[in-house]
Amino acid sequence: MKNIKEPVRLRAFKAAFPHTIPILAGFLFLGFTYGVYMNVSGFSFWYPMLMSLTVFAGSVEFAAVNMLLGAFNPLQTLALTVMINARHLFYGISMLDKYRGCGIKKLYLIFGMCDESFSINYTADIPKDVDRGWFMFFVTLLNHIYWVSGATLGGIFGSFIHFNTDGLDFVMTAMFVVIFLEQWLKEKNHAGSVLGLVLSAVCLCIFGADGFIVPAMVLILLVLTLIRRPLQRRGDMI
Amino acid sequence: MTLGQQLITIGMVVLGTMLTRFVPFIVFPAGKPTPKYITYLGRVLPAAVFGLLVVYCLKDVSFLTGWHGLPELISIAVVVGLHLWKRQMLLSIAGGTVCYMLLVQLVF
Repeated sequence: MKNIKEPVRLRAFKAAFPHTIPILAGFLFLGFTYGVYMNVSGFSFWYPMLMSLTVFAGSVEFAAVNMLLGAFNPLQTLALTVMINARHLFYGISMLDKYRGCGIKKLYLIFGMCDESFSINYTADIPKDVDRGWFMFFVTLLNHIYWVSGATLGGIFGSFIHFNTDGLDFVMTAMFVVIFLEQWLKEKNHAGSVLGLVLSAVCLCIFGADGFIVPAMVLILLVLTLIRRPLQRRGDMI
Repeated sequence: MTLGQQLITIGMVVLGTMLTRFVPFIVFPAGKPTPKYITYLGRVLPAAVFGLLVVYCLKDVSFLTGWHGLPELISIAVVVGLHLWKRQMLLSIAGGTVCYMLLVQLVF
């Protein structure tokens, strides 16, 4: 059995790895930054290591540093986490079909569904001879490994290393721009793309950087619901 | 905070994150047919979410003061230009990032 399965996994790994190279750069850097941040906030490297392993959601891990330094308030922590990560609900709805039939791997795929894993697994053109489940598994696993490695190294060596990495974090912005563009080039109707961009920008202007995500999500959901019939009548989308 | 309180706090962050990731799959299990409305959302949401993520990446850029987000806008233009030209994901991302790093370290 193992001999038959080996090549399937190896092929999926080889197909998945190139897709994760930008994340390798981005996560090692961002994870490192996070580890350093934890380090200078007075936590040993065990904290960034275990949190990057168990939480695996960048933005909330940065926010959690303040939660850990503040007063003990578990309910507020839970509420804040759900709000910061609310966008994952949209990812889940989008991946209901794609993660179907992945067996036990599905649990890990959902666990590791960060922005980057979702974006790659949703948009990647997986070759026909490559197992989809294993492809998505390796994308998620590699991203997870990059993130934990970065966070741990940052926690250990953060205070010793100095080199000019100003602007390296733009690698994530560049990646999402490319993913947005790929989606744009593929889709017949640009309603979703335009709405996502415009409504998020409007909400950012009104609610500011710390509070715009949830209003933007509500607004996106509302408008997409309202234009469902006209869109379906035109036959561009199901 | 004591170690126990820290562990509970971290546990809450894990729980909150997992809730946002698992809830759709629990509410709409694979065995049952998914409502048409949710399938529709599954089709149209990703494009909107990618737009949201681009804005999210730029949320801390001040467009009204300083350089008005010029390094970001130039680098995004480089990413888009490279991608429309060669359509090589890694090239577009690397090109835009190098451009941005040069801009913020040497020019702005």
